[in-house]
Amino acid sequence: MNFFVIVFQVLFAGLAIGAIYALVALGFVLIVRATNVVNFAQGDFAMLGGFAMVTFLGTGLPYWLSIILALVVMGIIGVVFNLGVYYPLRHRSFLPVIISTLGASIFLQNTVLYFFGPQPRPMARVFKTQGIEVGGVFMDTQYLIILVVTAVALVFQYFLFERTLLGKKLQAPSQDKDMARLVGIPVASMIAFTFIYSAILGGIAGVLVSPVLFVTIGMGSMIALKAFAAAIIGGFGDVTGAIVGGLLLGVVEIFGANYISVPYKDAFAFLLLFIFLLFRPQGIFGEKISEKA
Amino acid sequence: MKSLSFRDKPLLKRLIAPVVLGVVIAFVPFVFQLSPYVLNIFMQAATYSVAVLGMTVVLGYTGQLNLGQAAFFGIGAYAVGLGTVAIGLNFWISLLLGIGVATVAGFILGLTTLRLGGHYLAMITICFQQIFDLVLVNWMSVTRGPDGIPGIARPSIFGYVLADDRAYLLLCMAVLYATIYFVWRLPQTRTGRAMRAVRENELAAEVTGVDTLRVKVTAFTLSATLAGIGGAFYAAGFAYISPDNFNFAHSIEFLTMVLLGGAQSPFGGAIGTSLLILLPEWLRFLKEVYLAAYGLAVILIMVFLPTGIWGLVRSRMDKYKKPVPIDVDSIPAFDLKITGNDPSPILKLDDLKKHFGGVKAVDGITLEITRGTVHALIGPNGSGKTTLLNVLNGIYKTTSGSVVFEGIDITEKKPHERAALGIGRTFQNIRLFPTMSVVENVMVGAQRGNNSIEAGSEALRECALSALKFVGISDKAELIVQNLPYGHQRLVEIARALAGHPKFLLLDEPAAGLNQTEKKELGDLLKRLRGHGLTVFLIEHDIGLIEQISDKITVLNFGKKIAEGDPAYVLRHPDVIAAYLGETSHATA
Repeated sequence: MNFFVIVFQVLFAGLAIGAIYALVALGFVLIVRATNVVNFAQGDFAMLGGFAMVTFLGTGLPYWLSIILALVVMGIIGVVFNLGVYYPLRHRSFLPVIISTLGASIFLQNTVLYFFGPQPRPMARVFKTQGIEVGGVFMDTQYLIILVVTAVALVFQYFLFERTLLGKKLQAPSQDKDMARLVGIPVASMIAFTFIYSAILGGIAGVLVSPVLFVTIGMGSMIALKAFAAAIIGGFGDVTGAIVGGLLLGVVEIFGANYISVPYKDAFAFLLLFIFLLFRPQGIFGEKISEKA
Repeated sequence: MKSLSFRDKPLLKRLIAPVVLGVVIAFVPFVFQLSPYVLNIFMQAATYSVAVLGMTVVLGYTGQLNLGQAAFFGIGAYAVGLGTVAIGLNFWISLLLGIGVATVAGFILGLTTLRLGGHYLAMITICFQQIFDLVLVNWMSVTRGPDGIPGIARPSIFGYVLADDRAYLLLCMAVLYATIYFVWRLPQTRTGRAMRAVRENELAAEVTGVDTLRVKVTAFTLSATLAGIGGAFYAAGFAYISPDNFNFAHSIEFLTMVLLGGAQSPFGGAIGTSLLILLPEWLRFLKEVYLAAYGLAVILIMVFLPTGIWGLVRSRMDKYKKPVPIDVDSIPAFDLKITGNDPSPILKLDDLKKHFGGVKAVDGITLEITRGTVHALIGPNGSGKTTLLNVLNGIYKTTSGSVVFEGIDITEKKPHERAALGIGRTFQNIRLFPTMSVVENVMVGAQRGNNSIEAGSEALRECALSALKFVGISDKAELIVQNLPYGHQRLVEIARALAGHPKFLLLDEPAAGLNQTEKKELGDLLKRLRGHGLTVFLIEHDIGLIEQISDKITVLNFGKKIAEGDPAYVLRHPDVIAAYLGETSHATA
């Protein structure tokens, strides 16, 4: 009996961490779908969200207001990011653009380091209660919130992209920018919107995960790598794939840390990724696609 | 007589300036009294440069993003560190060990990742970098953990220990110069040209006959090897290494160095490395924000200096360079090398299908193409013509059915394997290697597998020039292809296919976008090809052109064959007219 309690306990924690990966992976997928480019600074959006939240909380503002302000800041960062990092290179091939987002990632991390210093910052939890116990399994309230908020964000995103005209317009530019422009889609604003939305999504992930992990400069890059691994494992470019991949990765990681080795916790995700690349490179839900001639 | 040989100056003459400069730099420490600190900076620049030149090959030449170069650098360094200190091996044996491990690691990582293309390599190399870091720090019993390895000894040559910093630096410079020379010569070799073709247009390279996977894996493995060499010399130079020297930040440093200097030339790599190692020394006041400045620099370089410092210098220098005139008359006539008249069909399709989900783009085509004929494929937009061509040369995998070329079932073969059997191709939306010269574009075609010409660069060049002369633009041979007008670019693409001496040529709408004069010239070219007995299969919308040149026409509609026969019959066939004009079919009514 005790064994199952522990398994459920670990599974719960794994799903919660996996949900964070899924949120960041979704940000990746959105930008890939709008621009065909992987944003290497996606994880740093989570880091920035965490720092913004800690800063607002530090000034004594109430929790809910801090969240709103932090997300507004993220929206602004999305605008600036789009204008500074993507827009000047929009006519070039994907290589300069991803190198540019990589530069942005280093810039953001080290700028924050300069202003906030290297020490990790704790963030208050949403609820004072540590958690609730169900059948011997202890459920951390912060983990519950992570799961609930992620679920809501996913449903919202599903409706936005699959059921609304705006969602279709957001996806059109990646298929064919010129054709999208010809049928009257404002391509530049659609891409700008995608960056804003992804930045906010990253910010939400950062705000959610910070009470569990502490706010640090490097938190984003590790989350981003795993989120990317999640996106590949799920099937690159596929929304369901990003979610399933994220959850799977979180569970594997927590199980590995619990039963195999703590120092190598971060390596399990990458090993899983290698295994997928070897045996099923198109991921769980992916279809093999080839370039159109 | 003007020769067809490379460039304007012989190799030796071009080498004089760089060799003199290199020797001067290498002997600076012996002439001037330099502090050990400055010598250390020199040593760092020399060993880092070797790793950065690996980035030149993989990123600059081949267009693949490697973000784990510091890990391969670390493999070389730890091989020397652990080999000499922990196991007590000789430096040179440790060096070979390090190079071996780095090379094998690069090969395995490349082979698993590069099948996927695009963004994968970048992310996977970061993952590799992170795992490497974790192992260095945590596997204490072997790597000695975060404390690192002190007391690494200098190597000796013929019993003479290079304990003097200046003598060891000289060795590092010699290694660096050898690397620069190798990397500098690489682009003019078959493999180097193939690498650049992959960077410029991977799909076109594959279809032209380049084994793109092999080329990408070669480039990536080579970059890992060079990083291993650099790391090994770095370790012996500084006597102490720790995991901090080989983390992700250093991979980014290598990337920034190659981008700043210019990724497409080894000189750029060396300049970028030297600058970025010296800059932090000069800009000490930036210490706290220097990594932030790095990040910003990467973005700014991408926006304002996409070809790096060397690229900028190069383009200024090229302005003063006189174009080399090409003696068109001395170019030998092109030999298409069509032999025999085997009566069996050259290509047979049997119930070929290609479905995309529910869309039946090609839906059960059975077709035979007779050797030595011009066979046209027509049909309304969206009838599956280009899809059929893409299945024929292997860009798309067939859903079912078979493709048999000269009696060999090629249904499962990759595009470059089909090119090696003698299938050439052009594209509807021209796919050239834009920043390469016209003749280089065509040379990539000439170097396809099994092409019946000599292997040397001179023979390839001669074949390429002959093919250009055949299509009538050999005077443009040395121009950069993206600067040519559209009509000429089409001809370059045809010449590229012809230089591979194809037995079977696929043309996808060759007349699209051409004006009347160009169309007439194209028609004449196609007639000449037919006269030489080349089998051509072409998609075309210009019915006038088709009537003039084709022996047989096949008509597609909704992925199915609706008519086939000689032009006079097919073009008057009621089903064909109905399909084009959008009326209901008379025949089935």
